[in-house]
Amino acid sequence: MKGITAYGIYLPYHRLKRETIVKAMGWFNPGVAGLAKGEKAVANFDEDSLTMAVAAGMDCFPDIGREEIDALYLASTTFPYKERGNASIAAGALNLSANTRTAEFSGCLKSGTTALISALNASDSETTMVCASDTRLGKAGGTQEQMTGDGAAAVAVGSKGVIASLIDHYSISYDFPDHRRLDSDKFIRSWEERWMREAGYFKILPEAINGLLAKCGLQINDIAKVVYAPPSLRDHKAMAQSLGIKPERVQSPLIEPVGNTGTAHPLVMLIAALEEAQPGDKILVASMGSGSDALLFEVTEEITKLKSRNKLKKNLDYKGELDNYTKYLSFKGMLEKEIGIRGEEVSPTSLSLQWREQNAVLKLVGAKCKVCGTPQFPAETVCINPECGAVGQMEEYSFSDKTGHLFTFTADHLAFTEDPPGLYGIIDFDGGGRYWFDITDCRLESLKVGQPVQMTFRRRYLDEARGIAGYFWKAMPFKG
Amino acid sequence: MAEGIKNKVAIIGMGCTRFGELWDRSAESLASEAFEEAIADAGIEKKDIDAAWFSSCFDEVNVGKSAIPLAGALKLPFIPITRVENFCASGTEAIRAASYAVASGACDVALALGVEKLKDIGYGGLPDFSQLRGIYNRQIYPNVTAPGQFAMLATRYFDRYGLSPEEGKRTLAKISSKSHANGALTPKAHLRRKVDVETIMNAPMIAWPLGLFDCCGVTEGSAAAIIVRAEDAGKFRKDPVYAKALQIAVSPEEEYRYQQWDGTHVETTYRCGVNAYKEAGVKNPREEINMMEVHDCFSITELVTYEDLQISPRGKAKEDVDAGFYDLDGKIPCQSDGGLKSFGHPIGASGIRMAYEVYKQLQGKCGERQIRDPHLGLTHNLGGFPANCVIGVTIWGNEL
Repeated sequence: MKGITAYGIYLPYHRLKRETIVKAMGWFNPGVAGLAKGEKAVANFDEDSLTMAVAAGMDCFPDIGREEIDALYLASTTFPYKERGNASIAAGALNLSANTRTAEFSGCLKSGTTALISALNASDSETTMVCASDTRLGKAGGTQEQMTGDGAAAVAVGSKGVIASLIDHYSISYDFPDHRRLDSDKFIRSWEERWMREAGYFKILPEAINGLLAKCGLQINDIAKVVYAPPSLRDHKAMAQSLGIKPERVQSPLIEPVGNTGTAHPLVMLIAALEEAQPGDKILVASMGSGSDALLFEVTEEITKLKSRNKLKKNLDYKGELDNYTKYLSFKGMLEKEIGIRGEEVSPTSLSLQWREQNAVLKLVGAKCKVCGTPQFPAETVCINPECGAVGQMEEYSFSDKTGHLFTFTADHLAFTEDPPGLYGIIDFDGGGRYWFDITDCRLESLKVGQPVQMTFRRRYLDEARGIAGYFWKAMPFKG
Repeated sequence: MAEGIKNKVAIIGMGCTRFGELWDRSAESLASEAFEEAIADAGIEKKDIDAAWFSSCFDEVNVGKSAIPLAGALKLPFIPITRVENFCASGTEAIRAASYAVASGACDVALALGVEKLKDIGYGGLPDFSQLRGIYNRQIYPNVTAPGQFAMLATRYFDRYGLSPEEGKRTLAKISSKSHANGALTPKAHLRRKVDVETIMNAPMIAWPLGLFDCCGVTEGSAAAIIVRAEDAGKFRKDPVYAKALQIAVSPEEEYRYQQWDGTHVETTYRCGVNAYKEAGVKNPREEINMMEVHDCFSITELVTYEDLQISPRGKAKEDVDAGFYDLDGKIPCQSDGGLKSFGHPIGASGIRMAYEVYKQLQGKCGERQIRDPHLGLTHNLGGFPANCVIGVTIWGNEL
């Protein structure tokens, strides 16, 4: 029997209070003031949907081994590359086997659940990781800007150690064009909100949920937690009432602390439900976007064996306020800044080199000397240990999953970065190995010599002239 | 056991241009000026030069690659010339190569000349570093600049010796203030003004904890040296300056890749200093060295160099700074010409500029900044970062 065997979640560090948006843009559109509750998660300047998907995938690893994974499905409507496998980049960053089947699901907001269904329908022998991630962008001052948040979720699907087994699923597909983006569109376009709600949300979502309940011969009150992503807080409650769900059985929509994370959101909410679920609970999750997918799970005893069931809270708690709307615009590429001539210098990237050095650049895989046991990055022929110096005695050694300690650091005001000052330092990895890295998702004031750190996959540069998003790893304070 | 270079070669002439942001000077005119001063000082003519070594670093924004630009600028007539580049230690490399050439007997009179133009890039600081270590490191190095790399040394040093940022920065400020005071006395220096400690402490941050006055200027200029065998030197002048040690050491990069280096010193400086003292026969540097020109690209570099060169004990440089040990009237004056901090740092010329100051001090020609009766002077030239660098240490004396 197939089901979910592990999960991971990723919410970016920055949170933008909706009140901050209203302060900046309320003059233009006073109507959004009514939505200005809570805050939204905002991807850092060095993140995109791909890096967040990798972070969510990494978060699964304490509960599943990377060698167990046969396939990686990525779902997003904001993939950085249209051509060049985003899932292949993610599989590399996750250091999955080259023998991994990768696929991408995109085009609408239900593609996260569609990827999950596809994984659940794969053969029993196959373990699939499904990562859904989005960084959708609303125009300044609009409703979508208030409602969307950035984030990612990952679930591993298999038939061994199932924590939530699939009972059944039910899908519908409509060309209901509530949101749309052409290839060339940076921002979400949408139709009138009243029509989206009344003609779409309140018709399509009940059709999918009721369709699944009928297929399973169940009533809504048989379900311990109903999970569905809302267009707004008010609509979320209204939907529960119209479906006859008791308030305590409705999964919190996470709009106030996060925002709607697009394709990831049904899975983010599903994970939130799993973190609090008891064995035997039935959880129904439904997505909405060009139709709907509804899936019904039953939680098993295995869930009590997970190493961590505190992942949502960990991600909600690790945050820093983005207290400046102009900075938000800048991070989102909506502000033409004077970056100076130093900032305008963009060195060319060699893709043949990136391919050759994929172990280092993509996977943060270095080497461990078979003679003296010293881990080292990057891998080279001659051992770095001056007492050893063995030649050609290296085996691969992964650093991306290692924690470390901050050996030294600085905050550089001269280097060009989208978020000055640029933080970087030297990291001593636990278990051996030392290297220097950029540091992200924190402020200088919080850094101390010797503090624990972990590694995070980031977009190091976006070379728009040559069409290359360049990725590598950075250090960040230990988040857990 | 190699004999070493001690007392085998001598400098018989040197030249150095005014350093600065020389918007209206070309590399060619700077090289020519330094060269003309050097041959006039040596009392020779261009035709007497047998071979030359040319140091420059940022070739993309300077003269380009190869030794052709030097031959072209000076119109040297079809002699062997080699361009050397070893980051900021390039100038010391040129002197070392020229010295080895005359010492071997391959030629009799050799020229070492360095020049750097850095201000034609359109922004402050050194040119973009992202490709400096090649296209592979560009993918995996952090977004570093020189101040940031040296700032990490300060972070670690302050932490190790329990200095608060305020205490640490005050010690560094005293070093910079001292160099500015010396630079104010030096006609050819780039930044000729005194700066007090409080101004330095309150300057804008460049790379925490280093502020604006913890950093040397980005400077243009040229310097040159004429080198012959020691036994020939007396034929050219009465007061030649003799080589006692010419050492280069290069880091195998274990500092930032292996958990051994303590991050509070420059290991390569220490190693190079040990070799230089051995070559020169210096047993107790604190007592025997009379002056130093060290690579004070940043104030913290000068602080740790005092310790790495075994002048100050580990962790105790602050005490020597506070006591004025390195001041112009101290036991071992350091940066009597203002150093990189105040005289300036045209990369490819700096190692030769350091030798220029030692040469002039040993000849007693430094006017109001003249050190009293020096016999042994040391230069320390650093290319790269604390954790992976090229170090040149040279020692010169005015007696055989």
